[in-house]
Amino acid sequence: MSIKLLLQHDKKEGIRYYEAWRKNGGYASVEKALKMTPDEIVEEVKKSGLRGRGGAGFPTGMKWSFLAKPEGVPRHLVVNADESEPGTFKDRYLMEYLPHLFIEGIITSSYALGSNVSYIYIRGEYAWIPDILEQAIEEAKANGWLGKNILGTGFDLEIYVHRGAGAYICGEETALIESLEGKRGNPRIKPPFPAVQGLWMRPTVVNNVETIAAIGPIINMGGEEYAKIGVGRSTGTKLISACGNINKPGVYEIDMTCTVEEFLYSDEYCGGIAKGKRLKACIPGGSSVPILPANLLLKTAKGEARYMNYESLSDGGFQTGSMLGSGGFIVLDEDQCVVRHTMSLAHFYMHESCGQCSPCREGTGWMYRILKNLEYGKGKMSDIDLLWDVQRRIEGNTICPLGDAAAWPVAAAIRHFRDEFEWHVLHPEESQTRNFGLAHYADALEVATA
Amino acid sequence: MKVTIDNITIDVEPGTTILQAARQIGGDVTPPAMCYYSKLEGSGGKCRTCLVEVSKGSEKDPRPMPKLVASCRTTVMEGMEVKSVTSEKALDARDGVTEFLLINHPLDCPVCDQAGECDLQDLDYAHGNSGTRTEFVRRTFEKEDIGPYIQLHMTRCIMCYRCVFTAQQLCEVREHGILDRGERSQISTYLNKALTNEFIGNVIDVCPVGALTDKTFRFKNRVWFTKPLDAHRDCEVKGCSGHVRLWMRGDEVFRVTARRDEWNEVRDTPDGRKGWICNTCRFHKKKASDWIIDGPTKIKRISVISQGHYLNLKKPTDTFVPIMGRDPKHLLDIHTVSEVNKTDIDLSLLPRPAHSTDFTTGNVLPEAKQINIQESNS
Repeated sequence: MSIKLLLQHDKKEGIRYYEAWRKNGGYASVEKALKMTPDEIVEEVKKSGLRGRGGAGFPTGMKWSFLAKPEGVPRHLVVNADESEPGTFKDRYLMEYLPHLFIEGIITSSYALGSNVSYIYIRGEYAWIPDILEQAIEEAKANGWLGKNILGTGFDLEIYVHRGAGAYICGEETALIESLEGKRGNPRIKPPFPAVQGLWMRPTVVNNVETIAAIGPIINMGGEEYAKIGVGRSTGTKLISACGNINKPGVYEIDMTCTVEEFLYSDEYCGGIAKGKRLKACIPGGSSVPILPANLLLKTAKGEARYMNYESLSDGGFQTGSMLGSGGFIVLDEDQCVVRHTMSLAHFYMHESCGQCSPCREGTGWMYRILKNLEYGKGKMSDIDLLWDVQRRIEGNTICPLGDAAAWPVAAAIRHFRDEFEWHVLHPEESQTRNFGLAHYADALEVATA
Repeated sequence: MKVTIDNITIDVEPGTTILQAARQIGGDVTPPAMCYYSKLEGSGGKCRTCLVEVSKGSEKDPRPMPKLVASCRTTVMEGMEVKSVTSEKALDARDGVTEFLLINHPLDCPVCDQAGECDLQDLDYAHGNSGTRTEFVRRTFEKEDIGPYIQLHMTRCIMCYRCVFTAQQLCEVREHGILDRGERSQISTYLNKALTNEFIGNVIDVCPVGALTDKTFRFKNRVWFTKPLDAHRDCEVKGCSGHVRLWMRGDEVFRVTARRDEWNEVRDTPDGRKGWICNTCRFHKKKASDWIIDGPTKIKRISVISQGHYLNLKKPTDTFVPIMGRDPKHLLDIHTVSEVNKTDIDLSLLPRPAHSTDFTTGNVLPEAKQINIQESNS
């Protein structure tokens, strides 16, 4: 049984409400944190080695210490609950079942950062969750954990829940800030970074829900203790939202020392591929990270077992590796078509591009149309090379990471599954009636690469 | 502050962007800019044509920057080394951006009023391919009328946001902006408003393509046939510089625009005021007598406008006379040579649609004429 820090109490009855949460040791971290100085908390988070859980994996303590602190200018904490990445639904679970764990994290973090007004920017599609959060905020306020002069320390804090309007791009931190200010959700051009000029030109920290929720356990057990969980620079626990063709889809907390194979096949987690089928491919960290064929998912190119952590999943770079990303574990079995899958992802990115910079605005639509032709048997062999060229010219040339996120899945699909694309071109009619199947993707690595 | 661009070192003020430094050097090293406009605050960073490679961050931190950067929004650091045209990566990215900008562009240059002074044409000559790699239907939009002065062609738009910034910064109210997102994003008003603000005409000048053109000049002439003259008048509108460029042919003023510099940006007046002009100057003063002429415009920028003065030009000769044996006065004279359209047959008098027998048999028409006369009499 692995360690549970975030999802310790999620199955208990009434844990959504204050009484049950308090009985289970809730708000102890706030009591402890408010006795410390803000700098001590930042130091503690630095020691814990906590990395941002939103996808990029930037060390949280370092991000906090970058926050500019000019005299007389208010600072803000904004929590990014705009969890729109296809395949990722960990924050939803956390906010829906454990709102008080989340609020607790916000209070501690706001105290550490000196933010007297903090915001939760939640995606519009989570229509019922703001009510849960607002109710939790009301409860916390009634019990003296929010408002003026919390626990007699002189620290004031208000938390506001802001509902987004359903744009994926507003999960990008600067677009989120623009949207929160009431403007069109276009990412800003960096620099200046939000840590210097963010919300209303004030220093701002934008953190993911899971990152903020992990602050409570870190304060409770101490940063050094927290850093002992996990391996290397991947410390602590991570929520993985598993979905796709598996027996037990859901949100699981792992301690980053379990292998991908264990995560995929053990009954504690995913419980194996559904209907006894075989694994074809998997996207290990949400739709924007590169897809991996079965053989490269379970083992790295060097032949070592792959673990569910930041380093191991990105072992081999994008040539043979992927990323942990935001932890959206999407599994494809042998009956799935990679071309169709890539097409639907490309459609998503076309739909969600903000249209601000040209490579992403024009390129995402172009990629989708080429993929649509390939999928429906109208493709040419040169289309595959064209697709590669288009994604290459989008990647890295855009304002925000959405361009990269649109290019990587396409690049990885061509890199690892090129024969499936070619099969679609060579057999336009057959590809409409049946799928390519497993081919060599699940073979042992030595055989597959020989 | 010293910065090296393509091995040319230049001393610039702190806070200068790479693009501005490159413009001070001039010539080929200057990256193209489609969305950046130095006179508009907050512009730039969107079109990605000005990408450059920074091979040395600064004297203090000599690491190269991992990605190509938008030179219009990156400020220079002491000892920075930048590669613009010497970087294959940057040139490749620019080619890519040019292709992206053109895959949905209608390429209707032959009927576009901007042709000849279009930034996208220049960009395509420098970085475009000879053919297209896309075979998909180009994006179109529903036409929208945005008032009596400005013609909006959304299909030509490259989403540079310049006009939005212009309206934001020059006008009292901004009535247009970006609607929708991604591919479908468009310049529009909410909903169906006319752009009539006193300074809104300046969006025509800032538009790098033919998306926003002058309705009073529409289809009247090609820019390379008109002769630019600098002129001014004392305009009573506050904020209007009154310094304009008249585009004339003969004595007729076809178009009035603000004066633009070699980067196609509105130039400040000699006494240091902003060069923006008001709608009255732009749309309503179309007589040469309204203006005090300063003299012919000197255009530094390489364009068809400045290249229209050919020496030893061989004029095409008239072929009407040798072929027809006579000199027609008007195009309407076509009736006199046409076998079909006989002038003595008055088709408007027919009480029904005409058909071929009307022309081959001579009897039908007098009857028809009679009937019509009777009807009109009774």
